Amino acid sequence: MSLIGALARLEAVESGRARPLATVRHRHLSPRPMVFVPLTTAGEAGAPLGALVGTGRDAPQLLAVAQPRDRDLRFAFLSELAEVLLPYLDGYADGVEPAERGETDPETGKRVKVEVELCADAPQLIVPSGPGIDFVRLLGRSMRFRRTAEQDPGTPYPAPPRVPLLGRWLTHYGERARVPGSSLLLAMTDLLGRHWATGQSRLEDRHLGALLAWIAPPEGGSGAEAALRAETERDREGQLVCPPAGPATDPAFDNGLLAPVMERYDRARQALAAAADGAAADEQLARLTSAEREIRSLLEGVLRPTWDAVWDGVDLLLELPEGPHVADRWKRDRWSFTGHRDRVRAGEPPQPRRDDAVTAARKLAARETAQAQLDAQEALDDPLVLAGRRLAGEAFVGVVADVTMAWSESKRPSPRPLLTLRTQDTPHLGSGVKAYRSLAGRPQSAEFVRYEEDGALVLRLLDRMGRSRDPAEGSVPDVGESVAWTLFEHDQRGGPKLPEPEDTPWTHGGPPRTDAESPDAVTPEDLL
Amino acid sequence: MTGTVIPLFDPGAEAARATAAILEDTLTGDARGVVVDSPPGAGKSTLVVRAALELAAAGRPLMIVAQTNAQVDDLVVRLAEKEPGLPVGRLHSNDPDPYDSALDELPAVRKSAKAGDLAGLDVVISTAAKWAHVQGVEPWRHAIVDEAYQMRSDALLAVAGLFERALFVGDPGQLDPFSVVGAEQWAGLSYDPSASAVSTLLAHNPELPQHRLPVSWRLPASAAPLVSAAFYPYTPFRSGTGAEDRRLTFGVASDGSGADRVLDEAAESGWGLLELPARHTPRTDPEAVRAVARVVQRVLDRGGASVSERSPDPVPLTADRVAVGTAHRDQAAAVRSALAERGVTGVAVDTANRLQGREFDVTVVLHPLSGRPDATAFHLETGRLCVLASRHRHACIVVCRAGVAELLDGHPSTEPVQLGVAVKFPDGWDAMFTTYLHLLEHRVSWRP
Repeated sequence: MSLIGALARLEAVESGRARPLATVRHRHLSPRPMVFVPLTTAGEAGAPLGALVGTGRDAPQLLAVAQPRDRDLRFAFLSELAEVLLPYLDGYADGVEPAERGETDPETGKRVKVEVELCADAPQLIVPSGPGIDFVRLLGRSMRFRRTAEQDPGTPYPAPPRVPLLGRWLTHYGERARVPGSSLLLAMTDLLGRHWATGQSRLEDRHLGALLAWIAPPEGGSGAEAALRAETERDREGQLVCPPAGPATDPAFDNGLLAPVMERYDRARQALAAAADGAAADEQLARLTSAEREIRSLLEGVLRPTWDAVWDGVDLLLELPEGPHVADRWKRDRWSFTGHRDRVRAGEPPQPRRDDAVTAARKLAARETAQAQLDAQEALDDPLVLAGRRLAGEAFVGVVADVTMAWSESKRPSPRPLLTLRTQDTPHLGSGVKAYRSLAGRPQSAEFVRYEEDGALVLRLLDRMGRSRDPAEGSVPDVGESVAWTLFEHDQRGGPKLPEPEDTPWTHGGPPRTDAESPDAVTPEDLL
Repeated sequence: MTGTVIPLFDPGAEAARATAAILEDTLTGDARGVVVDSPPGAGKSTLVVRAALELAAAGRPLMIVAQTNAQVDDLVVRLAEKEPGLPVGRLHSNDPDPYDSALDELPAVRKSAKAGDLAGLDVVISTAAKWAHVQGVEPWRHAIVDEAYQMRSDALLAVAGLFERALFVGDPGQLDPFSVVGAEQWAGLSYDPSASAVSTLLAHNPELPQHRLPVSWRLPASAAPLVSAAFYPYTPFRSGTGAEDRRLTFGVASDGSGADRVLDEAAESGWGLLELPARHTPRTDPEAVRAVARVVQRVLDRGGASVSERSPDPVPLTADRVAVGTAHRDQAAAVRSALAERGVTGVAVDTANRLQGREFDVTVVLHPLSGRPDATAFHLETGRLCVLASRHRHACIVVCRAGVAELLDGHPSTEPVQLGVAVKFPDGWDAMFTTYLHLLEHRVSWRP
C-alpha cells in the first residue's frame, strides 16, 4: 500500500468515514450499464442458481434455476440470460463512426491507414464484486464451446441457439476485464475501492455492503459500526440482513431456507412424473409451481439488497466528474468491443481454451503498457493521485525561480533552457534522471542537472520547443509558474514485434496446432 | 592457493572440468541448446567470454544476448581485454548515451544502432530488448544468452528467431523476472510469458544438456556454505578459497558502539547482524536507515583493509568496494540521502534487482523484513534475499529490527500452488529462516 493510501485508511478509522482516494472518476460509467448480480450453487462449480439483470434500477429481471443440478434447467437459465444480454450487446453493434487503423499491407509490407468502423459506444457490464467477474469468465468458458443443434445436428445434448454466442461475449468481457483501466466489465467493489479508502482491510473491502457502509454510513453513525452490522447482523430466523454480494451464498440461507424448498420441488417433480391420472398430475403440478415460485421469491430476497447496493455505488460514482483521460481509455474499450463484433460477424471460431505462446506474450505486453499508461494518466488527471506519487518521490511540483537560456552544441543549435525550480517535495533525482511535464496534453521532457546550494534544483528542457533557435511561444514555463513534473513517462512505447503464431520458435514449442478445438469428449462422469 | 584447501576437493580442477564439459557441448554437441546453472560469483561472465572466444576462433560468428546495457558493456570490455583484435559489434539503442564511453577506446569494437551495420563481425552483443527489434537479418548459427534466468519467456520469444542454437547461462537462485500486471491465467502453461526463459526452454526441450558450475570464486569460505544450504540445497557448491585466504582488518580500534562491534564481528566471521529493538515502522524506517549509514561510515572511517588470494598485501577498503542493498527503491533513496548527510560518497546503494551480478568486498543489507508488520510474497522472495546475501567477497552486515522469527511464524507462506508449475525449493520462508538462524549467531543488539 502506498504511504498516502495508508494515511487515508488511518484517517478513515479516526473519522469513521471512508476518505477519498481520488477527486475525479477514473473509470468510464455508461449512462445505461447492464448490472448483473449472479448467484452460484454451493458445492457445484459453474452451476448458476439465479441472477438479477437489467439496465434500470427499478426494473431488474429475475432469472432463477429451481434445481441447479438439472442441466436442462441450467440451459434454460442460460438461454434466458442470452435473451437479456445479447439484445443489449447487439444494441451497440450498429451505431458506428468512421475511424482509421494502422495495418501492414500484406503485399508491400508497409504500414498503411485503413478506413474502418468504430462503435460509437459500447455496452458495459457491472457485477457486484471481483468473484462476480470470475463467474462471468466461468460462464463464458462453460458456454462458448457448446454446439447448437443447428451447428451440429448429431450433438447429443444440443445447447439452446444463442447460448454459445453469449459464451463468446462473456469470455471476451472477462478477458478484457484483465486489462488495467478497462471499463467493459467492472466490479463495483473494485470501483469503489479505487475511489475511497475505508478504515478496514482490503480483504474486508471485498464485501460490498461493508464497503458502502464506510462510504455512506447512516446519519450520525460510524462507518465501522455500520460495516460490522452489514457483515454480521442476522434477523430472527438467523438470516443475514445484508446478504453476501455473491456469487457465493450464505450457508445459513442454503441450509435454512433454500434446501427445504428445493427438496419440496424435487419431490413434486418426481410425483408429477409418477402421477397416475390427470387429477393427481394437476395437484402435483400445482405443488411444483408453488415450490418454484417460492424459490424465485427466496432468490429475489437475497439478490435485491445487492442489486440496490450496486446501483447505490453507481450513483456515488456518478457524483464524481469523469477524469480527462477516461474517454481515451474508453475508446480502447470501444475498439475492443468493435474488434470482437467483427470476429463474431466474420464467423471466426470461439476463443481457444488456452492462449498460444505468441498470443499470451502479446496480451501480457499490452496489459503492461496499459498499466503504465493508467498509472501515468491517473496521476495527470487527479491532484490527489499525483500527491501520492509526490510523496513516493516519483513526482514533484516546483515553482520556476529562474530561466537561463542555453543551446545545444550542434551545427544548428536547438534551445535547451535551464530551469531553476524550488520545491518542498523530495523527488528521487540523480544525474541523468528524466522528468516530464504535460504541455498541452503532450509530454515535454527535461533532465536533472544539479542541486543548487540553497536546495533549488536545475532541470534542462529537452524538447517540444519548436525548430527555430528560439523556443516557441509558451513552450518554456515562465518565472513564478508552478509546474508539476513526473519522473515516470506519460506514454508507453509499445513493445517489440513478436513473431506470428505460425513462426513460434523451437524454444517455445514451435507453431501451435491449427486444427479447430473440439469440445471435451463426453465421459461417463458427465452423465448423471 | 595455500595449504588450507580441503583435501579431495580442488576447486580449480573442479571448475575447469565443468567448463571443459560445457565448451565441448557448445562447440561439438548436437543439441540446439545448452543450459548452465551458475551460483553467485562462479565465473559466469568468464565462461561467457571464453565460450564466445572459442566459437569465434572456430570461425563461427555469434550473437550474445544480455539483459542490461551495463552487462553488455561489461562483456564487451572483457572480450576486448582477452582478445584486443577480435571484431566485436555493439548493437545499441537510439537513446542519448546508449553505451559506456569506455567502449570508444577499443579499436576493434564497432558500435551501431542498426544490426545491418554489424553484419559479418565475429561477435555482436546487445540487450534482449534491443535484439527484439532486430528484423530482416540472416539468423546467427550460434548465440549466448547471459542471465537467462532473469530473462522473461516472452523476451526469449521475441529473439529466439534470430539464432539456430544457443548457450543459456544464468543463476537460478537470483530474482525471478516479474510482471507489473497479473499473469496467473497463464500459470502452468509451458510458455507462460511471465516465467523465466529457461523454464520455458526446458519445458519444451527437456532433453537439452544441463551443466552446473561447482565453485563460487566470489563468496568467502564463511558465506558459501550458508548460501549454498539456504538457496541451493539440491545443487550445492563450494567456495574457491579457504578460510585463511581472505582477511578483513580495521586500522582504527572499535569505539564500542553497536556499529563498530558488528563490524568487528563481521570482520572476524564474515557475517554480522545489527539488531535494533522490535518495532513496526514505515518502509523507510529512519532509525534503521541511520544505522545502515552509520555502519557504512564506520567501515570507511576505520581504515578497513582486505587481504585475499588476489593480493597478499592488504588492500585499502575504499568506498567503491562497499555496497548497501535494500528491498525497495525508496529505502535505497533514504539510505543515499543519509549517507550524503554524513559526507559519504562513492558507495553503491541500490535494490536487490539492480545489484544483481555485481560484486563488492563488504555489503551492508537492510533486511527485507525489518520493521514489517507482515511478510508478503515480495519480501519473502528467495531470490531477493539470495542476491542481497551473496554480493560480498569478505563480509556482509545485515541491519534488522528484532522479531523476524515471530514475524515468520505469523506468516507462513500461503502462495497458491498452481498446477503445472514446478514448486521452487527452498521457498522464501524457509530460506529466510535458515539465513536468519545463522545471522543470530553473529548478533549485536543495539539501541540507538
